[in-house]
Amino acid sequence: MISNETIEYVGLLAELYLSDEDKEQAKHDISNMINYIDMLKELDSTDVVPMVQTISINNFFRDDIVTNENNTEDTVKNAPDVRENKFAVPATFD
Amino acid sequence: MHNITNYSITELNKKIRNHEISVEELVKETYYFARKQNSKFNCFVSFIDEDLVLLRAKKVQKQIDNGELTSPIAGIPIAIKDNICVKDSLTTCSSKILYNFKPTYNATVIEALENAGAIIFGKTNMDEFAMGSTTETSFFGVTKNPRNSQHVPGGSSGGSAAAVASKACVCALGSDTGGSIRQPASYCGVVGIKPTYGTVSRYGLIAYASSLDQIGPIASNVTDCTVLLDAISAFDNKDSTSIKREDYNFTSALKKDVKGLKIGIPKDYFEDGIDDSVKEAIYDAANVFKENGAIVEEFDLSLVKYAIPAYYIIASAEASSNLARFDGVEYGYRTKEYTSLHDMYKKSRSEGFGAEVKRRIMLGSFVLSSGYYDAYYLKALKTKALIKQAFDEAFKKYDVIISPVAPTTAPKLGESLSDPLKMYLSDIYTISLNLCGLPGISIPCAVDNQGLPIGLQIIANQFNEKDIIRTAYTFEQIRGDFEKISSEENTISN
Repeated sequence: MISNETIEYVGLLAELYLSDEDKEQAKHDISNMINYIDMLKELDSTDVVPMVQTISINNFFRDDIVTNENNTEDTVKNAPDVRENKFAVPATFD
Repeated sequence: MHNITNYSITELNKKIRNHEISVEELVKETYYFARKQNSKFNCFVSFIDEDLVLLRAKKVQKQIDNGELTSPIAGIPIAIKDNICVKDSLTTCSSKILYNFKPTYNATVIEALENAGAIIFGKTNMDEFAMGSTTETSFFGVTKNPRNSQHVPGGSSGGSAAAVASKACVCALGSDTGGSIRQPASYCGVVGIKPTYGTVSRYGLIAYASSLDQIGPIASNVTDCTVLLDAISAFDNKDSTSIKREDYNFTSALKKDVKGLKIGIPKDYFEDGIDDSVKEAIYDAANVFKENGAIVEEFDLSLVKYAIPAYYIIASAEASSNLARFDGVEYGYRTKEYTSLHDMYKKSRSEGFGAEVKRRIMLGSFVLSSGYYDAYYLKALKTKALIKQAFDEAFKKYDVIISPVAPTTAPKLGESLSDPLKMYLSDIYTISLNLCGLPGISIPCAVDNQGLPIGLQIIANQFNEKDIIRTAYTFEQIRGDFEKISSEENTISN
């Protein structure tokens, strides 16, 4: 069973507020999933190399050249709060 | 009534070129049927402004008439899953946190479709951030299965599959991270393709699990799906995992011929939890191939049950990282009251994400946290390597593997979300393809005793889309019209 401390920590990492009810639900859900995914322990994977990418080619990299125009106005169009064409957020220090 | 959206892409293309119908008329008709079916099944999250789209239709008509546009999809209206960015149009991922988001750029697939003359007209419903197998986790309400509205359409591309199945439109794009194109296609009785990882650009697809996500087509038949696949497949320097392939001409594989084709059936896919009707349908399909000259054999794939735990660890880990960007600063939902910047992030996220998304972000944060990383995340990557080896072995012997798409037909609405683990288990046959980067197609092969469609999955090795297309096309030619197979009481009302 997952402890209260672990759930608090997970909430912190996930950047989520969890009510007492949420915490109980999360404890229940994560514990269930952990019990289930623990079946992977049956597998002997001692000498297995972890596989991140299945397609055996390298990532494609391109030169870092700007190809688009300055579209600041478009970029801030979706922002919940904008001041002087910049994203506005609450002050982080006085 | 035989409405215009009942025709295939190929037929409509011919009608447009013969001036039997104009692109404008086709677009108008599509809006009419899409709205009508949407009121019954809730397939769409939003429609793109009809007046603007009609202006584009006129322009496309001119370009077709003067020979500038020669693609078979020129003038064809296409619905787009709501996690694919369409410039200046709502793109919400069916989430409250993106309820008002209008991208400032097009996804590469949208550029490709528009360059070919296709008409983007609507955005389809989905599970929130593609996390779910039923389209019930959408912030904008559930989509209903057009074959039986008491049942789910599958997910996460449930809106796209239901739109095509209800003839709201001819074709749609979906995305597939663990089966999200193939499973709803199966539940709704339409065709869906998940391409080899890296074949279709992910640029502008709002990421769920980047190492597993692929965009793919959904349509009523194999030919239409393949025509769409041709149009969206290309190398893209905006996607660092995009692959330069030698040949994108998938339509050349549309041939009725399986003579000598070696087909494997994984015996261990048929052990637990599979409906008898599904099992029978797949073995019946195997017989069809045998009768037409294919060599069909059963084999042990092994490691089948380990795919789901490995998938949920990897997908959740990537999701927790990908979804960290949603914080109420640059776009989307921001909470009304907050005391500090950090409080604003946390409140916006807590109020903006739904239960299933939070569940996966938390699981992902957990498996990546220090002390658990090796035991879970690293172990999952090793399991993925072992599963890939098992498929590599299988493809030494077989050209394609056939299997069910899902262990059952579409469950009833409201039955799945109460037990997430049970819902996850329904992905058992589809997720290993994402883990291994393999291409797969879902094609309707039968109906169960309730008249609900059963899908056949055809799997090939990486880059061998042509094998699955040829196999599926051959099956479809022999099967005949699926709508006729679907029972009468189950006919979708127009």
